[in-house]
Amino acid sequence: MSEKPVKLACRNLWKLFGDGAARFVARHGAGADAAAIQAAGLIGAVRNVNIDVRQDEIFVIMGLSGSGKSTLVRCLSRLIEPTSGQILFDGRDLLRASTREMIEIRRHKMGMVFQHFALLPHLNVLQNVAFPLEVQGVPRDKREARAREIIELVGLGGRESYFPRELSGGQQQRVGIARSLAVEPDIWFLDEPFSALDPLIRREMQDEFLRLQNMLHKTIVFITHDFDEAIRLADRIAIMKDGEMVQVATPEELVLNPATDYVAEFTRDVSRAKVLSAGSVMGPVLRESETAGTVSQRARVAQIAHQVEAADKPFAVVDAEGRIVGSIDRRRVVNVLIGRDAGA
Amino acid sequence: MTIAGRRLTPWAAFWLAAAIASFFLAAHGASMTAAIDAGWAMQYPAAWRWPLNAQISAAMKWLVEEVHFHFFTFTEMTRGLAWLLKQPYDFIRSLLVGGFVRGLGRDAVQLLPSLSWLAVVFIVAAMGYYARSWRLALLVAGCFLYLAVFGKWNSAMVTLSSILIAVPLGVVGGLLLGIAGYRWRPFDRVLTPALDLMQTVPIFAYLVPILFLFGFGPVSALIATVIYAMPPMVRVTTLAMRAVPSEIRDFAVMVGCSRRQMTWKVLVPAATPSLMVGVNQVIMLSLNMVIIASMIGAGGLGFEVLSSLRRLDIGAGLEAGIAIVVLAIALDRLSQAFAQRSGYRHSESSNYLTRHPWLVTTALVVLGTGLAGLFVPALQDYPASATVTTAPFWSDLVRSINIAFFDQFEAAKVFMLVNILMPVKRFMLALPWPWLVLLATIAGWQLGGWRLATLCLGLSVFIAVNGLWELAMVTIYLCGISVAIAAMIGIPLGILATENAHAQRIVGAIIDTLQTLPSFVYLIPVVMLFRVGDFAAMIAVILYALAPAVRYTAHGIRNIDPQLIEAGIVSGCTRRQLLWRIKMPLAMPEIMLGINQTIMLALSMLVITALVGTRDLGQEVYIALTKADVGRGLVAGAAIAFIAIIADRLISAGAARTRQRLGLA
Ligand SMILES: Nc1ncnc2c1ncn2[C@@H]1O[C@H](COP(=O)(O)OP(=O)(O)OP(=O)(O)O)[C@@H](O)[C@H]1O
Ligand SMILES: [Mg+2]
Repeated sequence: MSEKPVKLACRNLWKLFGDGAARFVARHGAGADAAAIQAAGLIGAVRNVNIDVRQDEIFVIMGLSGSGKSTLVRCLSRLIEPTSGQILFDGRDLLRASTREMIEIRRHKMGMVFQHFALLPHLNVLQNVAFPLEVQGVPRDKREARAREIIELVGLGGRESYFPRELSGGQQQRVGIARSLAVEPDIWFLDEPFSALDPLIRREMQDEFLRLQNMLHKTIVFITHDFDEAIRLADRIAIMKDGEMVQVATPEELVLNPATDYVAEFTRDVSRAKVLSAGSVMGPVLRESETAGTVSQRARVAQIAHQVEAADKPFAVVDAEGRIVGSIDRRRVVNVLIGRDAGA
Repeated sequence: MTIAGRRLTPWAAFWLAAAIASFFLAAHGASMTAAIDAGWAMQYPAAWRWPLNAQISAAMKWLVEEVHFHFFTFTEMTRGLAWLLKQPYDFIRSLLVGGFVRGLGRDAVQLLPSLSWLAVVFIVAAMGYYARSWRLALLVAGCFLYLAVFGKWNSAMVTLSSILIAVPLGVVGGLLLGIAGYRWRPFDRVLTPALDLMQTVPIFAYLVPILFLFGFGPVSALIATVIYAMPPMVRVTTLAMRAVPSEIRDFAVMVGCSRRQMTWKVLVPAATPSLMVGVNQVIMLSLNMVIIASMIGAGGLGFEVLSSLRRLDIGAGLEAGIAIVVLAIALDRLSQAFAQRSGYRHSESSNYLTRHPWLVTTALVVLGTGLAGLFVPALQDYPASATVTTAPFWSDLVRSINIAFFDQFEAAKVFMLVNILMPVKRFMLALPWPWLVLLATIAGWQLGGWRLATLCLGLSVFIAVNGLWELAMVTIYLCGISVAIAAMIGIPLGILATENAHAQRIVGAIIDTLQTLPSFVYLIPVVMLFRVGDFAAMIAVILYALAPAVRYTAHGIRNIDPQLIEAGIVSGCTRRQLLWRIKMPLAMPEIMLGINQTIMLALSMLVITALVGTRDLGQEVYIALTKADVGRGLVAGAAIAFIAIIADRLISAGAARTRQRLGLA
């Protein structure tokens, strides 16, 4: 995965709200701390953030309410102007792009899904999904054909002539997703797309989302404040606190090596079995006669727990090439399941 | 200091002292100022007057007679504009009444007849059905049939044609200005006070300059109507655009909308339901203008009311007035139904004709009655022999009421005049003007700091230096008493409306009706029963200005957090305690805003009551209109506007404070 090129990156990105923000950053540079910002009467929504989003990965930004997640994606898409820093999209600085160029980039390369759906109330499902193409001037029959295709894809076939208020929340967000995919964007921003939905529907939409991503392979920046959602979906998770990036890592690394107490606090109530892989909890290599079978080192503990628990003997852990790299037995699985430290 | 066991705040103590001082000044001010040779404080000296009205008149004269741009004069330009407006008006008018003719007078040849009355009734009924239901179709058809049966068809169609031009102009103009205000903050900052002025300067005041620029006739009336009816549309537009959720705006940017696409494909359509509220307002205000517009040549129903009022022909006036109301009800219900309908519904059928069966049928009826009308005149024009008139009935009714109840009416009138109106008026006129200017300034300072204080000072001094102080006092006294009485009736009605659903329906129906009536219509029954004078004016003002007091009170009480009321019930409040301890205090900011609106309506009505012989600023404006004195009209109009602005700013600031204190903001 790490060989994939970087699609979108930001360097030393700052966004301060309030008068005189630009002057403040110019004067203090990257060294400004929270107290100085507050003393200047400013709000530090995004402070000196650096991230790299790689092609085809699901990059989840996570943090409590007010930690600056929305501000960060809005900076990345230039919906709001950052106070300072660089945003590199395919290696090109977005902040240098003219209004005209930005319109072109947004029309063809970016898609965004909103927390409250942001559907146009006066258009029906078909027209809503076709709207981004309409804006580009795509002829009617062509854009409607494309829209029907995607509506089918998100499972809303047959509801093309419904108006948004005639749909349930989950269905509305499906329309929002379909609409953002209509232009086949290179990068797909989702700002808490499922937060306004009931837990059951949310779950269903997450599955739907993973199904789509398996087909489409988009580069995704996904915002959530729900850690369970983050670990279900993420290739990598970036944790924000008070506008700063605290840690960027895979879900597993976050659980195993939290960079700060804040991150540890986040990961504490997480079901570790769903995050930890066999490879990260395995024991020493055993002889073949002592094992009941093999499991992949990438497999999550929760996935193999039944299998290991039911067998008398431990399982051998193998890597992607099938080489045996360790073993896992009942005790290790139980340790993970009940949250006991491995050493105990 | 404590009074009756309650501690007075410093401000309350100040105002108590100021009130006592005012009574003292009213009693002895004249003799005191005479003693120290300060008569200027009682009566603003003529020598100190600022000749603003003469200056404005001169400027107007210069504009009309002297100014010319390279190829044409200013007057030619305005007359050209008038010609431009006249074309669509003439077209619609020919379509509705009179038909299309070539040539003039005797030689006129009719090329095409106008729409037959049957066709018009059918069209509005079809619109009612399309917008909502059969019931609405029947209602509007009934309204239009009424116009035909009672012989008001032609006048009503003349009025309708000017409405049909004024409303689109007002809506489109308001929409464009509103969008401009939304897009450019600096423009908005200029626009907002301009709109404030447009809505507070009485209509009569700008009739004169319009007459000067565009001449007497339907076009001038159209322009006045548009100016009067447009401001709410501008405000509604700006507000509606701002209220579009920010996510939708972000979405539009993210799909790469240009500014134009953003406005016309996203914001305006998304704001349509709110915008329709503005359209409804424009329609109602245009109808409100119908009678006043007929003073500068609109003709139609308005002219009928005006001329019968001048002849004191009560029956005819009432009949025409009712016709306006009927027209207003039809248009109001129709436009409201269209507004709600713009909450889109989906239809499965894709065939245009099957989706719009009403369109085809209507076209057939229009053609059919048009052709049939060539052979059967009764189908084209409603036969005059079949009309009914109720005028004699109304005249007789009024006469018998007057005969039967003359003594009671007279007694009530005399009682009010002697015990309330006259003493208050004398009191207001006896106060030295610098004292009142001082009090207004202090009130401004208390409620809104030095900015508001400066505003109050400047505006009230303007009234004094233009020599309008005494007229302004008469205005304030009439307005004050009317508003006080309106509040005393309106607030209890508002409370009643929140008590149970039944009361709510009845009160709601009364208020809806009162609000649909054009202001002029109130004059008719009042003149019938009380003839002319301050008392008649007061009754008309109270009736006209009652609605907001009721509406806002009910709204304020309904909007109280139900938990607070439950908390009151749980802690054992009686109904009375619930009302006085919880509902009233919490609804107070809202009630204050209602009173504010009542004051605004009262002031605008006072100008119209000049026709029944008040002696205030309104009369001054009306006189200026009859004498075509631009400066005099505008200055007196501005004085009324300034009174309105002072009241509005003080009350709004007070309401905002109260809301803050209650933690509602
Ligand atoms: N337009 C603005 N003006 C001033 N401050 C703002 C503005 N937008 C956001 N902020 C502030 O910036 C900070 C970050 O806000 P942001 O909306 O990015 O948080 P978030 O992580 O998305 O939170 P949530 O989960 O509630 O959406 C907050 O303190 C917020 O108050
Ligand atoms: Mg957010």
